Amino acid sequence: MTSLTLVRRIRARRSIVFDALTTPEGIACWWGPDDGPVLLAETDLRVGGRFRVRFRMLDGSEHESSGEYIEVVKPERLAMSWRWAGGEDPGESLVEIELRAIAEGTELTFTHSRLRNEETRHSHEEGWNGALDKLERHFLASANGGRHDQA
Amino acid sequence: MVKYHEQLDRTFAALVDPTRRAILTRLERKDGATVSELARPCAIKLPAVMKHLDVLADAGLITRSKVGRTVTVRLSPEPMREAMDWLRRYERFWSASLDRLAAFAESKEIEMQEKDR
Repeated sequence: MTSLTLVRRIRARRSIVFDALTTPEGIACWWGPDDGPVLLAETDLRVGGRFRVRFRMLDGSEHESSGEYIEVVKPERLAMSWRWAGGEDPGESLVEIELRAIAEGTELTFTHSRLRNEETRHSHEEGWNGALDKLERHFLASANGGRHDQA
Repeated sequence: MVKYHEQLDRTFAALVDPTRRAILTRLERKDGATVSELARPCAIKLPAVMKHLDVLADAGLITRSKVGRTVTVRLSPEPMREAMDWLRRYERFWSASLDRLAAFAESKEIEMQEKDR
């Protein structure tokens, strides 16, 4: 519950997915929730290097996020800190991406957590119990939809 | 804004611990429980339960009320809802972005295979 996990099976080899995730040219083609343009993409792909991406949504609003690469293991793993520029959601969070080779191509497991490093890892190692899912459903019951931690 | 951010961090930090999550789950099933009721199925001592309750109360996830010598603990859903909102916002962003990423990578893969041919 302290993190969001999403899984995608992609019919493409890992190196292609990894490059799409980490090169400015790749990022420009998919970053953002709608078809609005990516205005700026910078990546310095090494541990301690930074990334910065700015995009415009179709409603005209512009958003920028940036962070630092914490782990870079091509083509299987990527971890980076995450922060929105400006006032929206202050504070830093952690993005982790695992790419696993499967018969059809790549299985991508994406995790975005509010807590960083030790705390996050600690909570992931513990795993999530079914009781927690129940609790989550309870709180989601009044609001609509949304699935978290489904992995 | 800063206050909201600190509150969120406290909520998530409180939710990391499995004993605390278990306590919340039991409170969700039952509207109000006494401290000793909460301590009963736990393999931990009452003072440890009290400590967990302090963390949950600081995070705003529970409220405690005292009548006579009995302390009743209740779930307080607002911070949990804020944490859920945080997750939901990111889910909207990433779910759509990753779909676009997958579509882009798949078209690249096809391009590459055609080049190899």
